Amino acid sequence: MTTALRSLGARRLRGAAGGLRTAAGLGVGLTLLALSVAVAITIGPADIGVGDVWSVVASHLGWDTTEMSPIRDGIVWNLRLPRTLLAAVCGAGLALCGAVMQSLLRNPLADPFVLGVSSGASTGAVLVVVLGFGGGVLSVSAGAFVGALVSFALVLVLSHTLGGTTDRVVLAGVAAMQLFSAVTSFVVMTAADAETTRGVLFWLLGSLSGAGWTEVWLCLAVLATAVVVCLGYARTLDAFAFGQDAAATLGVAVARTRLVLLCVTALLTAALVSAAGAIGFVGLVLPHAARALVGPGHGRLLPVTAVAGAVFLVWADTLARTVLDPQEVPVGVVTSLVGVPAFVLVLYRTRRPR
Amino acid sequence: MTTGTEQSDTERRDPDSSARPSTLAADRVSRTADGRLILDGVSLTPRPGSVTGLLGPNGSGKSTLLRLLAGVLSPASGVVTLDGRPLGDWGRRAVARRVAVVEQQTDTLVELTVLDVVRLGRIPHRRAWTPTSEADETAVRTSLERTGLTDRADQPWHTLSGGERQRVQIARALAQEPRELLLDEPTNHLDIQHQLDLLNLVAGLPVTSVVALHDLNLAAMYCDQVVVLRQGQVVATGTPGTTLTESLLADVYGVRATVTRPGPGDQPHIRFLGTVAGD
Repeated sequence: MTTALRSLGARRLRGAAGGLRTAAGLGVGLTLLALSVAVAITIGPADIGVGDVWSVVASHLGWDTTEMSPIRDGIVWNLRLPRTLLAAVCGAGLALCGAVMQSLLRNPLADPFVLGVSSGASTGAVLVVVLGFGGGVLSVSAGAFVGALVSFALVLVLSHTLGGTTDRVVLAGVAAMQLFSAVTSFVVMTAADAETTRGVLFWLLGSLSGAGWTEVWLCLAVLATAVVVCLGYARTLDAFAFGQDAAATLGVAVARTRLVLLCVTALLTAALVSAAGAIGFVGLVLPHAARALVGPGHGRLLPVTAVAGAVFLVWADTLARTVLDPQEVPVGVVTSLVGVPAFVLVLYRTRRPR
Repeated sequence: MTTGTEQSDTERRDPDSSARPSTLAADRVSRTADGRLILDGVSLTPRPGSVTGLLGPNGSGKSTLLRLLAGVLSPASGVVTLDGRPLGDWGRRAVARRVAVVEQQTDTLVELTVLDVVRLGRIPHRRAWTPTSEADETAVRTSLERTGLTDRADQPWHTLSGGERQRVQIARALAQEPRELLLDEPTNHLDIQHQLDLLNLVAGLPVTSVVALHDLNLAAMYCDQVVVLRQGQVVATGTPGTTLTESLLADVYGVRATVTRPGPGDQPHIRFLGTVAGD
């Protein structure tokens, strides 16, 4: 018994060390992210030297007063940097939403789009682009955002009328997804010309090519809010491991928790999708990879998932804009092509012994 | 098995408890679902420190009563009180620090270890954004010791047998540091050794337990009191020896049985002969 007690004491010490390890790991992750962004902005079709790129950034941050040509300045500061930062924000946000959804809905296949937000956004965007809804005042992003919220509202109402259990939420989400996909396809097929169709398709697959500073700041603000809320609910999410009833007996206000987290993740997803389209794979798979790395406790899982998602999408987008240079591949295509083998590898290495 | 002697220990455990007021009590609670009456004016006052068995056929309202006692459901009429105050006035987290629940069969898709599961029991005691406290670690360690799981803390949940999983759930419930423990058919799907093991563990805990059971002989062995439900109403209540009679079994369960007692002070033994309709 005493040895057992001692080993438990040791385990607690390891638990404290585990906290330090998590902090250290997170530090490493954030450093990796900063490095990734720093390297990614030096890569691109325009032939700009590494030193020049950093001079531009330094001059904008007020650290350096070297004059750069306005074209180079514009390429780095107004194209590459916001695009790379938006990739980081989208990656972090989608991965975070995926992790929360999977735990909240107890469904390993849940992702940020499970509430029909992405298909609603697509419909909104298509209505603006193809049919000219909003009379030119409404931008594509605004149309997408409105579409996303309409779709999410439908899912909430539908799942509530169907009984409000988590599987009903998933089913309502799937129903909304099918409905809005059908509307999108219908509008594109009947009203769009070839050029518009290509543009819409590109957007549907997810692309960061439209990134500007406005998108970066908007999405970052929503992401920051969502991170704070979700981390506040980290322990509550742990309580959902054995289902809603078990969570309720642990003192969790199940209905309120679900509503708050569904709304926060839906809003974040809507913001991200309106800025960058429906980038798949990140939200579905990064949480599983992060879980394999740091275990199921949400206090660690959520920050690690977010940072991993950010790093992943920065590199995926760098590949997307360079691999077929000067043509661009939709980043959603790259995330899946690169991510699936990596995901299989992670699952293989953490497989359960039979 | 030495369950016989341990049982008499349980009987002697708390001689004064009848003098103390009941801590968690249901007073004429009713509950309807889809217009059907599930519970109809049920009262329950478990003696502090004792094991109360909830008996009755499927659909008699045992699980619903437990959920009302846990505060997961609220009664349509009547009231559940904890220390005399209605459960609704306590707040969920406060209730979860007093009343713990073990369900009949639980599973998770999450890859948890035994220690992870037991730590879930500390959730009602912890606030958001705060690290684990010394009290949390002590409670987890004590629960593991009491359930004999200290050496298995790192074992993955999905490698455990059904009996071991229930033992871990009891450890998790104890980590909540409850004074009331509610168990909903905790021995379902367990082999006989694990059934006896589990109820033996529950009977030895320093908490007030209410346990829904199917097996009447187990109820007779381990419960200080039994409450028999039929169609949402209490039809009998008392010690197993006075309550579990041949006529009650025929009436409530529709079975023919002989109830024997090996000696005075021993618990009744029930032997089933067939259904009432089948003779």
